[in-house]
Amino acid sequence: MFSILQTIWNVFLHMFHRRVTVQYPEEKPYLAPRYRGRIILSRDPDGGERCVACYLCAAVCPVDCIALQATEDSSGRRYPDFFRINFSRCIFCGFCEDACPTYAIQLTPDFEMGEYHRPNLVYEKEDLLINGPGKYPGYNFWRVCGVQIDGKGKGESEREAAPADVHTLLP
Amino acid sequence: MMVSPYPIATIFGVLIVALTIAAGLIWLERRLLALWQDRYGPNRVGPFGLMQVMADMIKIFFKEDWIPPFADKTVFVLAPAIIMVTVLMSFAVLPIAPGIVVADLNVGLLFILAMSSLGVYSVVLAGWSSDNKYSLLGALRAAAQMLSYEVFMGLSLMGVVLLAGSFNLVQIIDAQRGLWFVIPQFLGFVLFLIAGVAETRRLPFDLPEAESELVAGYHSEYSGMKFGMFFVGEYLGVTLISALISIFFFGGWLGPILPPIVWFLLKTFFFVCFFILLRASLPRPRFDQLMAWGWKVMLPLAIVNLLVTGAIVLATA
Repeated sequence: MFSILQTIWNVFLHMFHRRVTVQYPEEKPYLAPRYRGRIILSRDPDGGERCVACYLCAAVCPVDCIALQATEDSSGRRYPDFFRINFSRCIFCGFCEDACPTYAIQLTPDFEMGEYHRPNLVYEKEDLLINGPGKYPGYNFWRVCGVQIDGKGKGESEREAAPADVHTLLP
Repeated sequence: MMVSPYPIATIFGVLIVALTIAAGLIWLERRLLALWQDRYGPNRVGPFGLMQVMADMIKIFFKEDWIPPFADKTVFVLAPAIIMVTVLMSFAVLPIAPGIVVADLNVGLLFILAMSSLGVYSVVLAGWSSDNKYSLLGALRAAAQMLSYEVFMGLSLMGVVLLAGSFNLVQIIDAQRGLWFVIPQFLGFVLFLIAGVAETRRLPFDLPEAESELVAGYHSEYSGMKFGMFFVGEYLGVTLISALISIFFFGGWLGPILPPIVWFLLKTFFFVCFFILLRASLPRPRFDQLMAWGWKVMLPLAIVNLLVTGAIVLATA
């Protein structure tokens, strides 16, 4: 009997507690930098596309919402001909970001992407590409990888030794 | 005989105010529940979310008025009307302020008890005519609960009647000029409060509709405005019981400085809020606990209260 009265009193005291509701459109919630929201494609510090169209993101995507086609430019750099993410399927799991070998695909703390028409949720490459390096400011894949492209021969990457001359290794 | 426009104005005034309050209570309840659960509740539509009620009302009026093919149609349609009519009839004898009462009945208290007994029919018939096992279970529970709690609801008020020496609500209020009956009749007040919650089937005692067990109990099959009538009937019942508590135990319109009608509304409002607080804090008892509580605790207490009050009245007379 006493506990019933105490319950009523304790609930009454909640009148003076702070409300936990976040009044969303007026009051934006804090989202951590690593929040998994809208997906973007980042660029190198010097402005080139980071994506090398390796298909790892499309392969790992559990809902198959990423579609792309690899191609190669005249300098020997691979890049996606088109890159399409269907956000009406995306579950924002972040596996694509994990799988990406070049830090090209990244998830951002933005979730306000509602649309009235479902086709508008299909983002093309020009919708995904941003003009910056995203979370990894200094990283440039083509500067550290061993692949030869125009303007950077074998052994000219950062922290890469010159290729061994196999003729000098002969016994 | 000429009928002066004054009683007509009172009738329509009470009717419109009662229905408006019942609709407003939906908003009040949602806001207060939210407040006690550290939320906001409806606060988007209009100032403080008040227009939410309007939006919901417009929506419910345009809903399909569907009757299940297996239902007993006549009774099914009639049942929600009964609850509205009985509760609104009880409002007729409520004295709101000196001179503002629709029908100043000499047996006002008995009339209210009779009307609340008739309200059981609404629930039982609704459950029966729905031809649905959950509805029927809800109706059975409602019948048992309301009949049991009515017994000591009446008995708990007899102490007030003994002290006031009248069944007339206006005279009961006048008898409280010196001292509110809540002090000599505190036990009666507590008993009436609990019985009132059970009679309106509000939350600690909402076993007839127990949504976690019986879908929605006796109104499972109702939709649209017919459900709306049950809903409004429930809130009218809450208003009625709150008004009755303030009339029987807290001196109705009596109070200093403020005009009588304001005092009456303030007291009623206080108890409405208390009803909502009960809903926010208490869980539902088991049905056998409910019956045992009613027959083994409340009824003996009500009888003891009546006997002791009667003895005291007799001794001092």
